[in-house]
Amino acid sequence: MNWDYAYDVLLSRGTWIAFSVFILGLLVRCVFLFGISLERDRPFYNHMDWTWGIKSIIRWLIPLGTKGWRQQPLFSLAVFLFHAIFLVLPFLLSAHNVLLQNAWGFSLPSISDSTADLLTIVFIISAALLMWRRIARPEVRFLSTWWDYTLLILSSLPFITGLLAYHQIGPYKVIIVLHLLSAELLLILLPFSKLAHMILYLFTRSFIGFEMGARRGARCW
Amino acid sequence: MTENNIKIDISKIREILDKNNGARIRSWLSICSRCGLCAEACFFFLANDKNPKYAPAYKFQRTLGTLYKKKGKVDEAFLRECHDIAWGECTLCKRCSLYCPFGIDIAAMIAIVRSICFSQGLIPEGLARTLPNYEQFGNQMAVTVEDLVETCEWMAEEARDEIKNVTIPIDTSGAKYMYTINPREVMFYPQDLAMAAQIFTVAEESWTIPTTGWDCTNLAMYAGNKELAGKVVDAMYKKALELEVEAILITECGHAMRSAAYEGPYLANYRNGKPPVPIVHSVQLFYEYIRDGRIKIDPSKKIDLPVTYQDPCNVSRNAGLWEQGREIVRAICNDFRDMSPNRDHNHCCGGGGGFIPMGGPYRKRRMRSGRIKAEQIRATEAKIVISPCHNCYDQLNDLNKEYDLGVRVVSLKELIIETMVVPEHLKPNPESQNEEG
Repeated sequence: MNWDYAYDVLLSRGTWIAFSVFILGLLVRCVFLFGISLERDRPFYNHMDWTWGIKSIIRWLIPLGTKGWRQQPLFSLAVFLFHAIFLVLPFLLSAHNVLLQNAWGFSLPSISDSTADLLTIVFIISAALLMWRRIARPEVRFLSTWWDYTLLILSSLPFITGLLAYHQIGPYKVIIVLHLLSAELLLILLPFSKLAHMILYLFTRSFIGFEMGARRGARCW
Repeated sequence: MTENNIKIDISKIREILDKNNGARIRSWLSICSRCGLCAEACFFFLANDKNPKYAPAYKFQRTLGTLYKKKGKVDEAFLRECHDIAWGECTLCKRCSLYCPFGIDIAAMIAIVRSICFSQGLIPEGLARTLPNYEQFGNQMAVTVEDLVETCEWMAEEARDEIKNVTIPIDTSGAKYMYTINPREVMFYPQDLAMAAQIFTVAEESWTIPTTGWDCTNLAMYAGNKELAGKVVDAMYKKALELEVEAILITECGHAMRSAAYEGPYLANYRNGKPPVPIVHSVQLFYEYIRDGRIKIDPSKKIDLPVTYQDPCNVSRNAGLWEQGREIVRAICNDFRDMSPNRDHNHCCGGGGGFIPMGGPYRKRRMRSGRIKAEQIRATEAKIVISPCHNCYDQLNDLNKEYDLGVRVVSLKELIIETMVVPEHLKPNPESQNEEG
């Protein structure tokens, strides 16, 4: 296997494909859902009230911000760190910014490599906690499908391989290919899986905010 | 109804699935990440030794999720399982929605499962029995207009023993409130009407009881018969418009509020989702009476025994009236002890969602799942439990016996009557009372 060739293809064509599918996929899904919502989701439009919608969204983004989160505080913290680092870290890595600079001639501010290391380790611990919880809590284990485990592993792989690659642990070329492959696969799957909650979260949470708050003056957190 | 073999009509199932297959259902079904936070929110889960089959996420994935996956092509055994889950393991209390990080409205999905089961003739006998009554008499207990009017007259007379000039106005145009009630008040608890009349008289309220659309309950809604449920609630709206009242007043009943204020407009196909007449719940109105001094509480009559307040799901969590209820209780009681959890996070008593009228076959489960509420009540050491909901009232009385709680279960009206100040001019003249007697 020619790992250098694989790396080149994944980095050049791969990123284009992955990001296109990711963005277009989400866009198409949202447009489609918007289309069918006009007739079948009147309650969403009838009781719109963005004060309640935004409260409903924000509350659940804050760790321990809701009664539900406070019921399982460790889970709440792990979820928060997992998501926050997942969304932010890739943009702040100096290695990624070098690639960005080379390709498009601009880059974003980077954080130091040691901070990045720390955040990656925190991410991996959070992911491990989520995995452990899925297995350890009987009701969550019962509900979980193989797809839930797969997606959790897939979401963590770019971070694990990234850490290994940076520290040159293991076969570098294989690991960096795995790094690209897992990240790109993740982007491609995202719009078509439960991971689409990245965007749909905003709508489902607004809806329950309208439904409970705007209609009933009641909280949903 | 459920015992006979059923013939499955897949096209009907598909029709319901299609009609509901919008952005919300699609999003909910696809993004649920099976995190299980909903499980601990559900009293069925807690009361059944945390059996994961009672996790709300399982309940909707197993039923509606599977129905969509199989595009409605399911067999009788599966539909019976859906029936069992939708009625036997969920009271549509909506507590899980408050614990879902995505805010998935699980109760809304279980309600769709109910309507799919109904479309196949598969509903609990106890609910099925009420449907012809709604069709024929416009109320769940087949009360005739004559019976209603007679009971009102009788109760007004009784109430005049306590308070002068009490009347129960029938079909009065232009009244402020059209007071809608639960037919069991006419059939089994007529004193409920007498008490309401006394409170309204003291508060100098302008009110009327209508002769149609007076039953604010809506078991058709819980039976999954959306068409009939729409008719039931529309009869109420139409009557209110005809009488040109300012608002529809709902008696101390939980699901009546859910039907009239929130689900009703959609059931009756009001496209904007708003009832054509404002809906006010008794809890809100009684709260206003006490706040504004229209009802004064006699400090010497305030209840000394420890009291707790059962938040009906459809009054507190699902109608936002948890503080109003507490304000009334604080005004009439000296020793108020809240349950935990409370307010919008209260647990359903186990009698909601149609469970009480579902009767005997479901009694055992109802008692088992009610354990959570029984333990909550016991922990407060209260001697009186107040609940402004007829279904809670029945369930709490049953739990009282089953778990030997030693409490007295009352409505708000009962304690308001016990503690309110009757103004001098409304105190009955003892002589005239003797004459009448």
